[in-house]
Amino acid sequence: MNPFETLRFAVGGLSANKVRSALTMLGVLIGVAAVIILLAVGNGSSQSVKDSIEKLGTNSLTISSGSGGAFGGGRSTSGSTGTKPLTVDDARALADPASAPDVKSVAPEVSTSQTAIYQGASHTVSQVVGTYPAYFEASNSKVDKGDYFSADDVLNSRKVAVIGSTTATDLFGTVSPVGRKVVIGGTPFTVVGVLATKGGTGFQDPDDTVIAPLPTVQNAFTGFGPVSQILVEAKSADATTPAQNEITTVLMGTHGIKDANSLDFRVSSQESLLSTQSDTNKTFTVLLGAVAAISLLVGGIGITNIMLVTVTERTREIGIRKAIGAPKGVILGQFLAESTLLSLIGGGLGVVAGLIGSHFRIVGIKPVVIPASVWGAFAIAVAIGLFFGSYPANRAASLRPIEALRHE
Amino acid sequence: MRLGLGGRAGAHRRGSPPEAPLEEGPWGPPPVIEVRSLLKTYGHGDATVRALGGPPDPATGASPGVDLLVEQGDMVAVMGSSGSGKSTLMNILGCLDVPTSGRYLLDGIDVGGLDEHQLSLVRNRKIGFVFQSFNLVPRTPALAQVELPLAYAGVRTAERRRRALAALALVGLADRVDHRPNELSGGQQQRVAVARALVTAPAMLLADEPTGNLDSHSTEEVLSIVDRLNASGRTVVLITHEDEVARHAKRVVRLVDGQVVADVRQAPADGPPPALRDPAVFAALSPHALTEAGGGSR
Repeated sequence: MNPFETLRFAVGGLSANKVRSALTMLGVLIGVAAVIILLAVGNGSSQSVKDSIEKLGTNSLTISSGSGGAFGGGRSTSGSTGTKPLTVDDARALADPASAPDVKSVAPEVSTSQTAIYQGASHTVSQVVGTYPAYFEASNSKVDKGDYFSADDVLNSRKVAVIGSTTATDLFGTVSPVGRKVVIGGTPFTVVGVLATKGGTGFQDPDDTVIAPLPTVQNAFTGFGPVSQILVEAKSADATTPAQNEITTVLMGTHGIKDANSLDFRVSSQESLLSTQSDTNKTFTVLLGAVAAISLLVGGIGITNIMLVTVTERTREIGIRKAIGAPKGVILGQFLAESTLLSLIGGGLGVVAGLIGSHFRIVGIKPVVIPASVWGAFAIAVAIGLFFGSYPANRAASLRPIEALRHE
Repeated sequence: MRLGLGGRAGAHRRGSPPEAPLEEGPWGPPPVIEVRSLLKTYGHGDATVRALGGPPDPATGASPGVDLLVEQGDMVAVMGSSGSGKSTLMNILGCLDVPTSGRYLLDGIDVGGLDEHQLSLVRNRKIGFVFQSFNLVPRTPALAQVELPLAYAGVRTAERRRRALAALALVGLADRVDHRPNELSGGQQQRVAVARALVTAPAMLLADEPTGNLDSHSTEEVLSIVDRLNASGRTVVLITHEDEVARHAKRVVRLVDGQVVADVRQAPADGPPPALRDPAVFAALSPHALTEAGGGSR
């Protein structure tokens, strides 16, 4: 019995029950396709988060009020006496090149959510930001139409605003918003520029935003109290770590903190944000992969099931073959070949289905296929066919010819 | 396949007993079947069923067992009603089942000492089976059906095809090679089975009620093929309960309750079978077969 003949017998055996073979293959197909697509979705989502974080600018550091920090690792400050909020004075201290030489620019920001109205069209802007012009560079926001507001606008608290592309289309439609007046939270603002679309995924649309001079927003909405966070741009990507240290030192001075472990502010770089995100995404991908792997396993059990039925059905045939001298190995090989063929074809079609399926957007995520997952899923499917087929095949091969022949 | 034709070698390796005259020496060729004190029981204790070997001796508690010697070229019919143990004997002779005790030498090989793989080789090389229910592999054309034992024996494709076609021609089915079992009549199916049984040139053809499922015309066809095979020197063992079939044999062995009760020779072992010795007389006796041949030995 050469391998080619064994294969021919296997094909013959499978084609004797076409529907059953097809359904068993479908089980493996779904398993393999699920592994490929779900891992691609996981990978795609981590890719898109990475992209959107990189869009924010890699040199920028965000200082926010609160305990712990990039270095502190989230220690509780319940023992410390009150948390000093971040203020515009803190931002001024950071802008001093003598104490913080690696800091390029500083932009304190306050943010609020307001309803914007233009000629009866109303739109709730999720982020109305009051800040300095340095914000645009630090946050990697580029103006598409019009211009940024200037330092002069900030000094004079002019009611001007740069709006995001989503806000622009929602309020103005196809009309160019530059130079038009829009009422935000009861205060009229003149639109001076529209930001280029950043795009991105997540719960918040980064393009649904209004950016106005800090004192204007403070005057109109938030009051002249603390700022919500301070955006700092380091001189270069390599300078973010020294800049982070300088910021901590300066702010410990202004907040009067001596213990580096009880900071009341947090300095986070995009890098740390990125690593947190990628950790989350890894977990997400592993979970998706596990679900898919389970479905692949179920497909494998389907093979065992069907092969057991086949062996029972063909007990008599096995008896005949044994009576005319088929050795155990040949019977074993024949049934193993059948189960492996099932998983091989199922796995192959699964790879095709997976690759086709990952061309479509799935829940807003563009899947990115991991080549290793394709080979891995296919190889595992074939291995599953061998493994799960070995039990029924062994059972067939160990049948005693006399009993097999008597079987009806 | 590793063993080659030396199933014999396997028997020797396992130390064939000195009293067994296996070699072709001064005593001539070994008998095809040599069975000594064969016993087959099922179950244990009080529930023991003695399928073969007869009831135990009241004094010693031991069963006499079955002894049988079949020479090369002989044509033996084993007869008996259902429950007489003829199917059990057939399964043991065909190496499909193992005896509880006793020795069985097939073509000089002690079958009792062989492992499963060697047994499958013995079945492949030494025995050609013909069953009552044909037992063809489903969905397989006649040619592939007949090639199958050769495939298991590791014969090359071209040689296999040549021999399978020759065997099919011998049973008169040269024009049916591409037909599947469900496209053949019962008689044709049984002829395919006979072709499959003889294609490996086995030491004996073992037929279990070969005509049990056939009409009288097909029965004659199949039996005449068997007659011709025997005439050309092939040893044949027929298991049957029909006198019409037993009439074709050179020797009739009758089993009752697992014991041989009669052993009648109808023709010499080294001549043509009764049907070919004097065809005219044989055919003439045919209508009275049940009273003439069957009644004689009863």
